[in-house]
Amino acid sequence: MGFNGTSPLLDQRGELRPEDFGAIRELSMNPIGDRIISAFFSPGKETVDFASFVRILAHFHPTETSRSRDGVQPEPANSRTRKLKFAFQLYDQDRDGKISREELLQVLRTMLEMQVTEEQLQSIAERAIQEADLDQDDAISFDEFRKSLEKVDIDHKMSIRFLS
Amino acid sequence: LSSLSLFFNPFDNLVCILLGISLTVWFTLLLVFIIVPAIFGVSFGIRRLYMKTLLKLFEWATLRIERGAKENNHHLYKPYSNAIIAREPTSLEEEIKEIRRSGSNRDLDSAPEFEMSDIFYFARRGVESIMDDEVTKRFSAEELESWNLLTRSNNNFHYISLRLTVLWGLGLLIRYGFLLPLRVTLAFTGVGLLVFLTCLIGLLPSGRLKNFLSEKVHLMCYRICVRALTAIITYHNSENKPKNGGICVANHTSPIDVIILASDGCYAMVGQIHGGLMGVIQRSMVKACPHIWFERSEVKDRHLVAKRLSDHVEDKTKLPILIFPEGTCINNTSVMMFKKGSFDIGATVYPVAIKYDPRFGDAFWNSSKFGMVNYLLRMMSSWAIVCSVWYLPPMSREADEDAVQFANRVKAAIARQGGLVDLLWDGGLKRGKVKDTFKEEQQKLYSKMLVGTPEDRSRS
Repeated sequence: MGFNGTSPLLDQRGELRPEDFGAIRELSMNPIGDRIISAFFSPGKETVDFASFVRILAHFHPTETSRSRDGVQPEPANSRTRKLKFAFQLYDQDRDGKISREELLQVLRTMLEMQVTEEQLQSIAERAIQEADLDQDDAISFDEFRKSLEKVDIDHKMSIRFLS
Repeated sequence: LSSLSLFFNPFDNLVCILLGISLTVWFTLLLVFIIVPAIFGVSFGIRRLYMKTLLKLFEWATLRIERGAKENNHHLYKPYSNAIIAREPTSLEEEIKEIRRSGSNRDLDSAPEFEMSDIFYFARRGVESIMDDEVTKRFSAEELESWNLLTRSNNNFHYISLRLTVLWGLGLLIRYGFLLPLRVTLAFTGVGLLVFLTCLIGLLPSGRLKNFLSEKVHLMCYRICVRALTAIITYHNSENKPKNGGICVANHTSPIDVIILASDGCYAMVGQIHGGLMGVIQRSMVKACPHIWFERSEVKDRHLVAKRLSDHVEDKTKLPILIFPEGTCINNTSVMMFKKGSFDIGATVYPVAIKYDPRFGDAFWNSSKFGMVNYLLRMMSSWAIVCSVWYLPPMSREADEDAVQFANRVKAAIARQGGLVDLLWDGGLKRGKVKDTFKEEQQKLYSKMLVGTPEDRSRS
């Protein structure tokens, strides 16, 4: 799929709607496909233009560690924090800054659907929250999320390498 | 200076005579071996012999390259030849384990439970599929497995051996020095004759004679053009050739498709009137027999187009219409969705599958990369264009089908015959049962990691 002229997916308006993503078979096979699609659209908006589309994709660019940290420069889209934020928002659909128990259950449900019982789902969610929730407010904030994933090699796992 | 002129004079005459003789010989050969057979539709078999020789040569060249590459430890075939992004073929299990391993120091086997980082795997896979999907790949030229001595089709042309380079250089000389001028001459002859003779025929009154002559003239000129491209075509199942009052439908790879089909039968062409040379050809063709040309403004009006097509089809004295329903050139590895307009008319459809042999030259026209003239030059300077044409049995729309289903049925038949992939890509594909079963598989794999299979659970 692409925005350029040769792609049949191009819609003449130069914008994408959620239905346009539906044409990608692989995406509709992905258990969290719907959430990924909605990550492209700002809350309340029904279309995404090319610039915003690219900005979201930029989260998956490999991190360049050689770039010097300059306080004045705005944080690049593919920094570790921004990648984490992207993943956080896949959980936190109502964008209130916390992953509630219910939201966690929802994600688990879409990833596992018919394969596990409701009790199993509950116990998995319970365990996950207990581990990550440090201030005991029964929800996982972004900082708690970040802390629990401290050691994970995010750059490698959330990056897509382009071939020249 | 005067001594130089003395020096040249006797040679002058000699050179003129030699030039004269060689030109005469050249044109006689041309006439006897190419133009006369074209007129009568016979063939000496020279082109097939040429094709066999070339194949043997290519095999030798490919073996030589592979041997050379092994000796020098080069990577010959790029591992991701058609891809934009690097996709690792690891399974769901492996990847998620890797993510977890880096994130925690726990002993994994003891308690396989859900980790927040698991979502990374699914997110990345999802965005990968957005960046690089099946459909876009179909619009770039197919990559080759053997080398046909054209650098344009080999991405990794390194210096392998002297013999190979000499062969390549020789090939270059032959193609650009001998074949190209020959072909350009033929092309001009063919097109010139077409324009001239169809104008002449246009002066005749309508009737059997006019139709007969126009048929012969069209066939002859297209055959000359076929030889101008050194196209070696094999026609299969000619008993299914399209008849009057029908619509001939074929997959589209390049503008040459028209020449290939029209040199074996007479068709009424459909298209937009262009300016320039193309326009001249179109306007003279329509004098001899009724083609369907549209003005630019008329093209947008679907009803007008449909009406003209159905009027033409109802008149049984008129030739079958030739249409390419994909609407654009595809790279000859698959068939894309057919536009339904021509299937709505209710006439008999004669499907035709065209498959080019990529070993000799890539016939795909990437109109966003090359213009028409550039493309034609590339075609004329490659070795040959080898293709197969299959005439499939006629199909009609059945009572319970609508135009789209009929179009898909025809498309499937063409794809099957030509050995092309039938892409059921359709932008309006609603979420249906098919997708759910695939999604279930992913879910099954993931749940196996977290809670084990039902058998494990019942055992514990």
